[in-house]
Parts: sequence; C-alpha cells; structure tokens
Amino acid sequence: MGGAPTAPSQAKDGLPVRDGYGKGLVALGKANPKVVALDADLQDSTRAQWFQKEFPARFVQMGIAEQDMMGTAAGLASTGLIPYASSFAIFTERGFEQVRNTIARTNANVKLAGSHGGIQIGEDGSSAQCIEDIAIYRALPNMAVLVPGDAREAEAMVQALAAHQGPSYMRLTRNKVPFVHPEGMAWKLGQVETLKDGNDVAILACGPLLHEALQAHEALAREGLNARVLNVSTIKPLDAAAVVQAAKACGAVVTAEDHNVMGGLGSAVSEVLGEQHPVPIERVGVRDTFGESGTPAQLYEKYGLTARHVAEAARKAIARKGKR
Amino acid sequence: MKQGDRLPLDQLPEVARRVRLDVLDMTYRAQSGHPGGSFSATEALVTLYFRHLRVDPARPQWEDRDRFVLSKGHCSPAMYAILAARGFFPRSELVGFRRLGHMLQGHVDLKVPGVDFSAGSLGQGLSFANGVALGLRMAGKDARVYCMMGDGEQQEGQVWEAAMTAAHHKLDTVCAILDYNKVSQTGFVNDNKKLEPLADKWRAFGWHVVVVDGHDVKALDKAFEEAHTVKGMPTIVISDTKKGGGVSFMALKSDYHGRALTDDEMKRAHAELGVPDWQPPAKGGA
Repeated sequence: MGGAPTAPSQAKDGLPVRDGYGKGLVALGKANPKVVALDADLQDSTRAQWFQKEFPARFVQMGIAEQDMMGTAAGLASTGLIPYASSFAIFTERGFEQVRNTIARTNANVKLAGSHGGIQIGEDGSSAQCIEDIAIYRALPNMAVLVPGDAREAEAMVQALAAHQGPSYMRLTRNKVPFVHPEGMAWKLGQVETLKDGNDVAILACGPLLHEALQAHEALAREGLNARVLNVSTIKPLDAAAVVQAAKACGAVVTAEDHNVMGGLGSAVSEVLGEQHPVPIERVGVRDTFGESGTPAQLYEKYGLTARHVAEAARKAIARKGKR
Repeated sequence: MKQGDRLPLDQLPEVARRVRLDVLDMTYRAQSGHPGGSFSATEALVTLYFRHLRVDPARPQWEDRDRFVLSKGHCSPAMYAILAARGFFPRSELVGFRRLGHMLQGHVDLKVPGVDFSAGSLGQGLSFANGVALGLRMAGKDARVYCMMGDGEQQEGQVWEAAMTAAHHKLDTVCAILDYNKVSQTGFVNDNKKLEPLADKWRAFGWHVVVVDGHDVKALDKAFEEAHTVKGMPTIVISDTKKGGGVSFMALKSDYHGRALTDDEMKRAHAELGVPDWQPPAKGGA
C-alpha cells in the first residue's frame, strides 16, 4: 500500500491501530472518488489527516462539533458520497442520538471511526477511556460494529467497508499494538478468523486483547492446554454459527476485550451461547468501573486485561466444564 | 422552478386554506399529531413548493432536485398535504397518517416520496442540509437546499454548530427558514429560554438574514427570491408567524401543539376556513 506521505516509518513489530485507519483511508481515497472524510479537529490524532493532505477538497473540517458532524455526514451520504467520519471514540458518543436518529435509523451509508478507544489510551485518564462504545453502537439496528486487532486489519477493514452499504462503527486504539496479521491481509465483514487451533477452550478476542489472547495461548500450551484463538473483529453482525461451533468444539469459552464486560463482545457471545449452546464462559474486560491515568501496560495489569488474566480465565472456564 | 411551472401568487392563499383543512382532517382521524406548528408553517411551505423548489413529483430521487429538509419534523401533516397536492403520492394516503401499516409516519420520513430527511428529533436538520449542500457542491451541482426549523429548536446547541458550519463553508445554496411561531409545547419559547435578539444572533453567526411576515405569501416569495441572489454566505428567512395561525382560537396557544381538535373545535375551525357544515368522517375510512 503506498501513499501515506506523513505516516511514521513502519515499525517491524506493530503500529497503533489508528495508523491502519489513516493508511487504508488514503488507499481507499485513491481507488474510490466517492469517499470523503470528516473530522472534529482531531484529524492528526485519528490519522484522517493523512487523507486530508492527499485529498483536501474531499475533507470536511467540522471543528469541535460532533453532533453537527454526524448530521453533516448523513447529508453527504444522501448525495451518494461515502463519508468516513472520525473522532475519539468517546466523543463520537457526544453525537450518539444523532447517530441513532439521522444515521442508523435511515441506514445512511456513513462510516464512523472512534479512535483512542478503551483504557489503552492510558495517561489521558477516565474521561477519554471509552469502555462502552461497543455496547451502545451494538444496540442500534442497522449498525455494523467493528474492532480491528491490529493496524493491518484496520487498513484492510477501512477499505472493505466502502463496499458495505449501510452505517458502521469502527473502534480504533491509540497506542502501538503488535501485528497479529500479515501485511496485505484480506478482510471480510462478519468473518470470524481462527488464529490458533485447539480444543480445550476457545478464546474469542478483539482489538488489542487479540495479542494478549495469543500470548495466553502460548502460556496455556506450556501447561499442555490447547486454546483455540478466534479474532471476532466483527462484533455485529456477529457470526453466531462460528461462535457456536467453537463452543461445541471446545466446551468452554473466554471472551477478551478492552471494554466494559457489559454490552461488548463478552455480552454478544454470551447472548448467542445462552440461547444456542450454553457452555462455561468467562469474560475478560473492564469490570464495570471507570479507569484512571497510567501507562497502558499499568492499566491493563490493574484492570485485568493482560495475557496472564486471559490465561487465568481460560483455566477457570476449563475447570468449570461438566460441573453444572 | 421554471417560471411557467409556478403557481401565481394570488392562488397560494387558497392552496394554504386547503392544506389547513387537510391538516385538521389528518390529525382528527389520527387523534394525534401537530396542527399548531403545521399551521404556522403553511404559507412558507406552500410558497416554497408551488413557487421555488425545483422538484419533479414523477422523479422524487432526481439527483439535480432542490432538497427540502423539515427539521421540525413533527409538522409532517402540512408537508404531507403539500406533497400530495404537488402529486408526489395520491391524496388517499393522507387518511393513513400515523396508522400502522400505512406510509405516512408521525414525523416526516424517507419512506415518503418527496421527503429528503427523516426528522423527529429537533435541532438536527440544518446539519444534514449542510452535508447535502457540501455533497452537491463537490459534485458540481447547483441545486439548492432549504431547511425549515422551528423556533423552539433554536434552543438546541446543534443548531448553532450547524450555523457555524454553513457560514464557514460559505454554503450559499443553503436557505434556512425559521418558523418563528413564538410557542412550543409548554408555553412561549422566549419565556422558556429567551431566543432574542434572534435575527442579530444569526447575523453574528455569518448569515444573511431576512425577516418577513410568515403568513404573507408575497413577502415570503420575495424573501426566497432574495436568498437566491445572496452569494458567499447562507441565508435565513425568519418567518414571523403565529402557532396555530389561520384559525383565530388556535393562534398562539400551546394547547394546539400536539393534539387533534375536538368535534366542537373542528366545527368552529372549519367554519373559519370556509366549511360551515363540517361533520365527523365515517370511522375506519382507509
């Protein structure tokens, strides 16, 4: 992929997921003249600025006015354009009712991107640590909800979404996440990806927790436990068949996400399994509390989002098998 | 709209009278809906739809059409009556207003031919109108975008975000109409939270402001002509109206914001609108 002039030099081991958004958006802009972008004065942080520099006439600066941005994006979409509107995840919520009534309700072809999601944003503290966006956007009919696991997946996702008619919310993170995908990966809406095979427990993860899940897989393997690791980057529409299949094969499930355990991936998976194939399930996530300032690593340790916590949850889920 | 397609100005009051009768009938049959704000908006809507909007009822999605965004979407009865009168859909649809399985939703909705914006939550239309205008500009089209707001929704912060956006981006194809009918659901708007000096506020936000008597079709017509000539900035027509205007006992009464008239009120209103012998319609008409 070429053409991200201000992109930082490719780190060998990983990149902030938001960098994938910026890079993918530039590539998409070249391929599709209908793509336009909006941002609310955070385009340097969200990386929408890379698109702005390449296509200034197709970028709309909204100022710090997220409610207005949602309506303007819907208006642009109504003329046949494909608007990508970005801000921090938390500030997209400032326009939530606008998203609900003007975008989701009318199935407007608007692609939202919420950057700096989760407690992974770190030092900015609890006001910026968005841990409920997946829950609220998932509750909107028509809305697709997506959480890429690394910058490469974000890059593929942002381009693939242009072919999907309808609204979507893509949740990005600020800080570097190790690559879990090869460069130039293919991405398809709704596809659950198997990263590691195993039949003792299925770990369903998204976002930065995907890397933690892979590390947990290694730790568990050293104990003789085979954990299947699935990337559920499409939270909605959730591939229920793939979730059920993993539960049937493994008999125990762990979910892992940088989000409140209420309403996110853990809830989505629990809903499906509760109805279709109940098995022991352990949810790794923020336990219904607001965060605080700290480094991402410190916060992941304190709030229980590391590979160690995922592995602990896996052991617990395995131990619960057959005990009900 | 081409000159030849325009209804002569002196015919508009009669169109407005018939729209008000439709509004009364629709809200009476539905036993709900918003007659007061529909009445205040009637002359502005009639003037737009019969004199200015470049639309084609046979091609509601025509991409070069002017757009109309009803931000005060609860005033759907007036807009639906006018869309039916312009031929966007059969008049027989009007009796299905607010009824399950029928097309005409309580608030204006994209399901209805001729509607460009699904409204219902106040303060959101102007942002959408700006987005349409930006998109049309990017596509090199000269179509205009009209957006009617209420006075109550001027209390929503998003209106002023959108006001800045239109001015900043010099959206001179945007023409807002502010139906300044003085009354919201619970009383006088300026008592609830003061809007004044309203025209000065819009001027300060970078808009060309025209203040007119909003029940005078000649004045409205002139204002929309003027808006067409303004370049480099958006125009707002502050339409000085009365909620419930057109029927004396409804004027400036918040009670008529969101309910159907009683049988007695229907008789009196019809008498004022030139129908002295009103009788309740037969039940289950549609």
